[in-house]
Amino acid sequence: MATLLAPEIPCPGFSFENCQRNAFLAQKGFPAPKATKTGTTIVGIIYADGVILGADTRATENTIVSDKNCEKIHYLAGNMYCCGAGTAADTEMTTQTVASQLELQRLHTGRTVPVETAATLLKRMLFRYQGHIGAALVLGGVDRTGPHIYCIYPHGSVDKLPYATMGSGSLAAMAVFESRWKPNMNEEEGKKLVRDAIAAGIFNDLGSGSNVDICVIRNTGPAQYLRTYEEANVKGKKQGSYRYRIGTTAVLKQRVIPLQVESVSVHHVQAMDVDPSTSR
Amino acid sequence: MSILAYNGGAVVAMKGQDCVAIASDKRYGIQAQTISTNFPKVYQIGPTLFVGLPGLATDTQTVFQRLKFRMNLYELKENRIMKPKTFSAMLSNLLYEKRFGPYFIEPVVAGLDPYDHQPYVCNMDLIGCPNEPEDFVVSGTCTEQLYGMCEALWEPNLKPDELFETISQALVNAADRDAISGWGAVVYIIEKDKITEKHVKTRMD
Repeated sequence: MATLLAPEIPCPGFSFENCQRNAFLAQKGFPAPKATKTGTTIVGIIYADGVILGADTRATENTIVSDKNCEKIHYLAGNMYCCGAGTAADTEMTTQTVASQLELQRLHTGRTVPVETAATLLKRMLFRYQGHIGAALVLGGVDRTGPHIYCIYPHGSVDKLPYATMGSGSLAAMAVFESRWKPNMNEEEGKKLVRDAIAAGIFNDLGSGSNVDICVIRNTGPAQYLRTYEEANVKGKKQGSYRYRIGTTAVLKQRVIPLQVESVSVHHVQAMDVDPSTSR
Repeated sequence: MSILAYNGGAVVAMKGQDCVAIASDKRYGIQAQTISTNFPKVYQIGPTLFVGLPGLATDTQTVFQRLKFRMNLYELKENRIMKPKTFSAMLSNLLYEKRFGPYFIEPVVAGLDPYDHQPYVCNMDLIGCPNEPEDFVVSGTCTEQLYGMCEALWEPNLKPDELFETISQALVNAADRDAISGWGAVVYIIEKDKITEKHVKTRMD
């Protein structure tokens, strides 16, 4: 029996307790609503000394832009990042889960985790759910065997490629790569190519938009996350103001809840001697 | 029809200068039939933390109770107040746990960080994908109208009383173009030393 001191430990993993009700509602003509999709352009390339990942920053709910500046390049470990397309919550949660597993693996083995490990964890997770977790990923990173780009599909299949694109803008971005990618590009050329591929998605695919995010992971040194590498679309400045005059809104009743500070106590904590959690 | 629009309702939250505001309508209905005009969808969950849970009313109440439970356990274990960002992560996990049989709500979180008093707003889809913008968030049955109002009215660095006018007019005028939202509204202005709750006069049709 569950008590306050010995609470019942909830089952890990997904809960299906609402499924029966939701199926009943669906049968009565209330189908489950659609979740936020990223409707994305994400890309990754291998260049002379590492990998470069790129993404746009638009999230959509049907045709409504629900987030104008979302983050689609997710942290996995110090030496690898992962771009996500598809159902936004799935890409977010899948990468978070795998990032924590990778960190445990790193602490357990005491070495930089290979990119292959992340690819395997991700494909196992996605294959287990048979495509119901709608995450399409571009995984990029470097390890002792060099730079790697993996393309992971929602059903769990994996491509290992020198350059990859995913999402609704993948065709526009791939057109740029197919015409201009070559082996052993330098960093400036690589960044320019990735920027142009994402820009092709932003301007030619309606599901992609806003800014360009880039992440450079070099064989030497830590990853460099360039959030808002370029603002592809700058919003026009408002010429006037629609501000309402104070007192416009009729208030029926009002209540002010003051927040009083009951007590303040400051504990000085000495820094512990811990290894910084970097994996490189 | 979407199950999210079964009971109707709208919630909006906005950032201001050292303050945040969250507002909701007060209608509770079953499709086109209004049942109650005193059903706010915004709950206070910490000293300077509010959550709005528009969507299917049964899930509004269930999720609120589950949140309160997890929140209380956290505060007992940690002996400190939860930050808005932590709260969002908790809510996101709660919703994603039900990935394949979700609760039909699209939550909005608004609050001030209890430690550095930074404004925070966030909204999520029904399976808990968080969105933390720099300006405002909207949710409910008249999101299209609310997006339009907010994009036109919102400006950076609004003072608390200016923020109140902005959020109130955004919600009232958006809900007027939605048949299943409205029937009164409540607005909370959250500052670091006080919270002001204002009940706004609206059309009752």
